[in-house]
Amino acid sequence: MTTVLPVPNLAAIGPEILVTVLACGLLLVDLFIPKDRKRAVGILALAGTVVTALFTMRYWNYSATTFSGMFVVDNFAVIFKEVFLFATAITILISLRYLEIEKVSLGEYYALMLFCTLGMMVMVSAADLVVIYIGLETMALSVYVLSGFMRFNVKSSEAALKYFLVGVFISGILLYGIALTYGVVGSTNLNAIAETIKLKGLKDNPVLMIAMFLLAAGFGLEIAMAPFHFWAPDVYEGSPTPVTAFISVAPKAAAFAALIRVFVVGIGLMAPHWQVLLWVIAALTMTIGNVTAALQSNVKRMLAYSSIAHAGYMLLGILAANTTGLAGVAFYFFAYAFMNMGAFGVIILLRREGIVGDEVDDFKGLAHTNPMAALLMVVFLLSLTGIPPTAGFIGKFLLFSAAIKAGFYWLVVIAVLNSVVSLFYYFRIAQAMYMGEAPDSSIPRPQGAPSLTVAIAIVGILTLFFGIYPHHLVELAKASVTTFIPFL
Amino acid sequence: MDFGSNSFGFPILSLITYIPLVGAFLILFINKEKTTVIKYFAFVVAMIDFLVSIPLWFAFDRTTWHFQFVERVPWIKALGVEYYFGVDGISLLLVLLTTFLMAISVLSSFNYIQEREKEYYIALLALGTGMMGVFCALDVFLFYVFWEVMLVPMYFLIGIWGGPRKLYAAIKFFLYTLFGSLFMLIAIITAYFYFHHVTGEWSFNLVKWTNMMHLPAGLQFWLFLAFFLGFAIKVPLFPFHTWLPDAHVEAPTAGSVILAGVLLKMGTYGFVRFSLPLFPAAANYFVPFVAVLSIIAIIYGALCALAQEDMKKLVAYSSVSHMGLVMLAMFALNPMGIEGSILQMLNHGVSTGALFLIVGIIYERRHTRLIKEFGGISKVVPVFAAFFMITMLSSIGLPGLNGFIGEFTCLAGVFKHNWVYAAFAVTGVILGAAYMLWLYQRTMFGRITNEKNLHLTDMNLREWIYMTPLVISFIWIGIYPKPIFNVMEVSVKHLVEQVNPDYYQKRLQHEAKIKKQLKMTKADHTAEIKVLD
Repeated sequence: MTTVLPVPNLAAIGPEILVTVLACGLLLVDLFIPKDRKRAVGILALAGTVVTALFTMRYWNYSATTFSGMFVVDNFAVIFKEVFLFATAITILISLRYLEIEKVSLGEYYALMLFCTLGMMVMVSAADLVVIYIGLETMALSVYVLSGFMRFNVKSSEAALKYFLVGVFISGILLYGIALTYGVVGSTNLNAIAETIKLKGLKDNPVLMIAMFLLAAGFGLEIAMAPFHFWAPDVYEGSPTPVTAFISVAPKAAAFAALIRVFVVGIGLMAPHWQVLLWVIAALTMTIGNVTAALQSNVKRMLAYSSIAHAGYMLLGILAANTTGLAGVAFYFFAYAFMNMGAFGVIILLRREGIVGDEVDDFKGLAHTNPMAALLMVVFLLSLTGIPPTAGFIGKFLLFSAAIKAGFYWLVVIAVLNSVVSLFYYFRIAQAMYMGEAPDSSIPRPQGAPSLTVAIAIVGILTLFFGIYPHHLVELAKASVTTFIPFL
Repeated sequence: MDFGSNSFGFPILSLITYIPLVGAFLILFINKEKTTVIKYFAFVVAMIDFLVSIPLWFAFDRTTWHFQFVERVPWIKALGVEYYFGVDGISLLLVLLTTFLMAISVLSSFNYIQEREKEYYIALLALGTGMMGVFCALDVFLFYVFWEVMLVPMYFLIGIWGGPRKLYAAIKFFLYTLFGSLFMLIAIITAYFYFHHVTGEWSFNLVKWTNMMHLPAGLQFWLFLAFFLGFAIKVPLFPFHTWLPDAHVEAPTAGSVILAGVLLKMGTYGFVRFSLPLFPAAANYFVPFVAVLSIIAIIYGALCALAQEDMKKLVAYSSVSHMGLVMLAMFALNPMGIEGSILQMLNHGVSTGALFLIVGIIYERRHTRLIKEFGGISKVVPVFAAFFMITMLSSIGLPGLNGFIGEFTCLAGVFKHNWVYAAFAVTGVILGAAYMLWLYQRTMFGRITNEKNLHLTDMNLREWIYMTPLVISFIWIGIYPKPIFNVMEVSVKHLVEQVNPDYYQKRLQHEAKIKKQLKMTKADHTAEIKVLD
């Protein structure tokens, strides 16, 4: 039997091609830029990212499947690609000055970030387990390097190594899950898997159940859901802060998108099983994340644990398995990108010569030394807690609604109690900023670089705007999950 | 469907709601060194807000229970959320109370707040917007947004300008309230889906909810409990009251005035506006439960007040006791009880607000609030003593002052419902007189026991200015409360029809019976006369 390779629709992978070209181009350009002007590479990368984001918008309602059904472009993929590109752009903005302070201003940084973005974009468009795996590895390899980018810093190197070892181990587990699925079903294509499960009545097949566990574990690492969360705090604390901001948002979003696609489309018929699994994981993730975050004194660690908790809230959207929930996840990732990157942005603002600025005590008196930054930080904290009028509230509202609609009342009660706990630790920062004694005037006041200020202002305004007028974003999020309606 | 009207033709309620916020925004641009400018600017903003709210009182149509001055536009179409503002007789009074107390509390802060004035007035004015929004919102989602937003400025007011344990008090206040309101959020979402299930429409519109969503009793039970948690913590009802003494004692004077005067009313208002009409069956079912908690609050609050050594803490516990009476009267579920309950909300707002101001005045002079530090000071500060006297008498319900009318109506309503509850509630009133009079006696009468009090200065012009309107309001309500009853009468009647329709049926039957008896006696009478003839 001979198979003729069909010609793939290259237009469908336009954004991916653009990012690849951009990343490779940056590597080349970097060679010709002198060492003290590496900022130019960053600005170039930023411009390229913005162009790609605008270009990707044209794919809204594009809907195509190509590469023999391995690659899909639907609204769901597009909306997540926008999240990644937005996160990348903001990360570049907040990195420009930080890298100079840390004396690691190298051009490769930006290229790596774009390679990572490429991996994530492939992941959300993948309709085949193998393609998802390729995307995941592309992303993960870049992130390993990025987290160890401050190579003279012990903590940063430790973070990279830790992340690498755990990541490699878990990707093995993911592969094993893929292999088991293939073994039972005979295909790695998600649609084909769904078909076969339906036709052969495999939804209670024990081997597939094991595969389901393994797949959940594989994605769970990037999501940092319990019990695969233990790497996150060390990595978040050790990585350069902009990278922390980035990995707390973008790879998590990619893994979530892939999880949704695999669980809803691929093994959607096994929903009763994975709902139970995710119920337990969500409850654990939220609680472990929040309770441990409450014990931290380092803000980066605190936000690391809190980001674990946020993953728990977002799991509500998946396990509810309805359009509100999936739309809620999409919306929440936008909100989360705004508020979390904003919060990390303020931490970077506190980084000055001689001050690391990531302890709660470093926030003391910020209301005096930089009132605008303090005010915006309060907005981010409110949003993270889920208090209106912020995007975080609308996001939580959607997720809770979805879970209530699906009848998971007790899980919502757990989520609500967790929100109360989260208020406690988030507002320790607010307390330090407004009620703490200002440090003596000999220490330089925290003053952000222009690019950083712009970034924080942008995400601050967006956090408030989508809290007060979320209509269009909610509509977009709802429209993005129509792909999944046949599977729900 | 009738959603009410707006006789002004422009969004007056939004104007009242956002004037403080705009003011707060403008203060951002004033140099923080110019504290006098900031103070007076904030006061002018609060006064303008109060003045703009006065026409509501005159334009309000007292003959209908429909919402008035309505503003209604789609807000988040994707979720069916509307921006829906409007007031009826009940919320109108609370809006006016809020604007009135806002102006007074700004004025009372001039001397008390000596640091970070700029941030203080920004937070205070922003708080005003949050509170006004809560009373005006008729979309449940919108209501929830304001309900939560308002917590943030209050947190900062307590946390930055509070007393020694301010950090603890501020976060405790925030955590408690958030805890309750998140459960309320779950209930709101559940009701939202149920409404969609019944009508096929996505909406948070309160009027639609009350008219078209007849929740099954089982669901009402759970939703009522969830709302109860949100509102009862705010009231605060025993056993959810423990945040209140902490918050009150640590908050700056104006914070306490707003807290006691307006914030606590949000809880009781929430019951009137949401719990009773949305969950009538559950409300009736839970009457004994709420009544018992209220009675415990009345007596326990009063006993705690008796035992306090700190004046502010005493007033705080008296709030627990008074709010217990408000709750008890409300859950009598008859017109007199609910009217009394609403009037008592206003009374408590002005009286307790005034008591906190009184404590604040003395604290500004001596920087202590311990009762034992004072004694016999009426000789040194006679005007202050007079104001204190009137306020205290208003609080304990002396006939001729507002407290009497409120307590009397409340107790009469409760008595109609169940005389046993009334009997317990009366003990609270008696204890109330006891702790207040004892407080007054210990601080004002007798010989001056502390030399530091010999040179206290009496009330200054600014203090006169903000205490006088309060005293006028005590006397006005005490002597001629009819206009206030007029405003809320129709709305309350409508509420009782929704939550306790039996009440009117029983009354009709009762009246028919009396008429019949009267006829019979008349007939007997004529028969007798005939016989005599």
